[in-house]
Amino acid sequence: MARMTMIEAIRSALDVSMGRDDNVVVYGEDVGFFGGVFRCTHGLQQKYGVNRCFDAPISELGIVGTAIGMAAYGLRPCVEIQFADYMYPAYDQIVSEAARLRYRSAGDFTCPLVIRMPTGGGIFGGQTHSQSPEALFTHVAGLKTVVPSNPRDAKGLLIAAIEDPDPVIFLEPKRLYNGPFDGHHDRPVTPWSKHELGEVDEGHYTVPLGKAAIRREGSAVTIVTYGTMVHVAQAATEETGIDAEIIDLRTLVPLDLDAIVASVSKTGRCIVLHEATLTSGFGAELAALVQQHCFYHLEAPVLRITGWDTPYPHAQEWAYFPGPGRVAAALREIMESR
Amino acid sequence: MAKCWVGQSLGSADMTDPSPLRFHVPVPASRPGEKPDFSHVVIPKAGSVQRPPVDVDPREIRDLAYSIIRVLDREGEAVGPWVPDLSKDDLVRGLRHMLTLRAFDARMQMAQRQGKTSFYMQHTGEEAVSCAFRIALGKGDMNFPTYRQAGLLIAHDYPLVEMMCQIYSNERDPMKGRQLPVMYSSKENGFFSISGNLTTQYIQAVGWAMASAIKGDNKIAAAWVGDGSTAESDFHAALVFASTYKAPVVLNVVNNQWAISTFQGIARGGSGTFAARGLGFGIPALRVDGNDYLATYAVAQWAIERARRNLGPTLVEYVTYRAGAHSTSDDPSAYRPKHESDDWPLGDPIVRLKQHLIAIGAWTEERHKQAEAEIMATVIAAQKEAESFGTLHAGGKPSSRDMFEDVYAELPPHLRRQRQQIGV
Repeated sequence: MARMTMIEAIRSALDVSMGRDDNVVVYGEDVGFFGGVFRCTHGLQQKYGVNRCFDAPISELGIVGTAIGMAAYGLRPCVEIQFADYMYPAYDQIVSEAARLRYRSAGDFTCPLVIRMPTGGGIFGGQTHSQSPEALFTHVAGLKTVVPSNPRDAKGLLIAAIEDPDPVIFLEPKRLYNGPFDGHHDRPVTPWSKHELGEVDEGHYTVPLGKAAIRREGSAVTIVTYGTMVHVAQAATEETGIDAEIIDLRTLVPLDLDAIVASVSKTGRCIVLHEATLTSGFGAELAALVQQHCFYHLEAPVLRITGWDTPYPHAQEWAYFPGPGRVAAALREIMESR
Repeated sequence: MAKCWVGQSLGSADMTDPSPLRFHVPVPASRPGEKPDFSHVVIPKAGSVQRPPVDVDPREIRDLAYSIIRVLDREGEAVGPWVPDLSKDDLVRGLRHMLTLRAFDARMQMAQRQGKTSFYMQHTGEEAVSCAFRIALGKGDMNFPTYRQAGLLIAHDYPLVEMMCQIYSNERDPMKGRQLPVMYSSKENGFFSISGNLTTQYIQAVGWAMASAIKGDNKIAAAWVGDGSTAESDFHAALVFASTYKAPVVLNVVNNQWAISTFQGIARGGSGTFAARGLGFGIPALRVDGNDYLATYAVAQWAIERARRNLGPTLVEYVTYRAGAHSTSDDPSAYRPKHESDDWPLGDPIVRLKQHLIAIGAWTEERHKQAEAEIMATVIAAQKEAESFGTLHAGGKPSSRDMFEDVYAELPPHLRRQRQQIGV
């Protein structure tokens, strides 16, 4: 076991995967010699050579398009899109090609591909470095979508994603790269070295795709969330003293519906929490599933706490971000509701 | 405000020509009701274009992007430096492939008209391009085709029945009814799954070729696109990546003059030719008579050898003509002269190869008629067999259960629930 940041855990996952399987190749913008703008691929080119880890032209469509061809060849490419905000030129390749190759060719060709991208806000990145586009992927048949909330999961999920036979979108909450950010932006940064889940096995292990984790057991209300918001939910729970159960989904598709249903059936209340915009967000899917599967257990309407339906702003970042204050208010509101 | 209009004052003070800007929209040489005009297609004499060594510096052959490599002359003689090393038997086999594709097209077009399938796309006039290219490829090489390269399958002896079962979406459809007709896939036959989206596969071919180089294998890839869809940004990305990583790939552009109703000048813009697109990337670019089986084979072989010898990508533009409609949903008489195809100056690929074979004493009119009849009988027999497994609206069909398979390698819980809902 070693103490790792989320960056180090991701690098370790890539390192372990590249060491075990010659077919794993890693590339993207600034990914090779320099090691990535967030340093997630630092040292991999030096260790595995330019054939296995290299710099790509600034063309997200080209990065994903070539990776699909490589995956069809039999490699296991794990490519980086520098920010999730830049993935739109590659969207056609992801949606029309990667996601459907197995289906349309009836398994003649497959696409074992991982597309890593830093997601979410909290770094004063404005509208081009802060977006949370997960719903644009969860809506697409044939994709798996993963959002880790801590170093230990990030490593195990990434290895599982690389070993998965299908295309996986791997969204890395960039505000969590260096510490478990709970939304209190005015407080000193807590490092992962002080967090239990910053302790990471240095070898090979996987966290299975499609399995949620209960981050806090509770009896009063269930918070269904993922990524950065897991830590915001924990802060709000502690600050209100409300006995919330916090589900960290880890994988959005496939979804661990059983974990959600078991929890909400027990608590009778549910808050869906994400950083992405509200309308047609993944929270809408979660809320619909909860009302369908837990209707007779519900004692209050399902609440959705999310980013506002605006582009991600710069100066107004903390008014936009659904921080612990808004989550605490939602917890109080849902407990008063009968 | 009106008195101090900035543009006005600048215009009168600084510009020598104050005339207003004009918007330019290219138009084809002729439209319905007009006389077909191909005077803009400059056709060099057969045998007149140089054949450089495959390791030539691309800067020395820039002229090849603006010419047309031709082997067969008007009399059907094979002339010049590009005459390929193909035996009489090879050429007869090539002719039979093209005849098979044409007969296949005729039967499937008719089957669509009879309501046995929803859609079909013919190759009429373009048979030489895919049939000749396939022969130049080796085992393990991979094509990333569009919907008008079925010759890549036929010239590789892929079973006609399988192709037809795909077109009919019947119980033997290898794609299990999920794909539009003609969107075949056969890894074993070096034929990547056709998307139906245009140009997406072009960059994938480059990635596949990069993978072969990364692994130190010797397989190469062939990318395919039409004239119109070279306008997609995927095409640009493919040229960037192919050029940067010297990928072992042949970048094919089939210029059949028409993108549904839009003439090739709309995609081509001011570049002169589609081949010329390669020049800015330092990619050798060749233009070839796509209705000349021998020239097409020779240029394909040159480009494939370059890729195989680690010399990197080649861009090849096949100058041809889409003699038929874009698809069964299209009527060309609405946008081009009705008999424009009769005036196409590069003729018909089957007629030209037949003429050559007769000229070298390897073929006769009588043998040609026999071959046509025999091939049509083979195609009809295949059609009967395929129809015994069903057509789109009658007989055996893929199960609704198949609809849920292959979305993922393993059926996830939400799809299992949805499958249960329709009771399969």
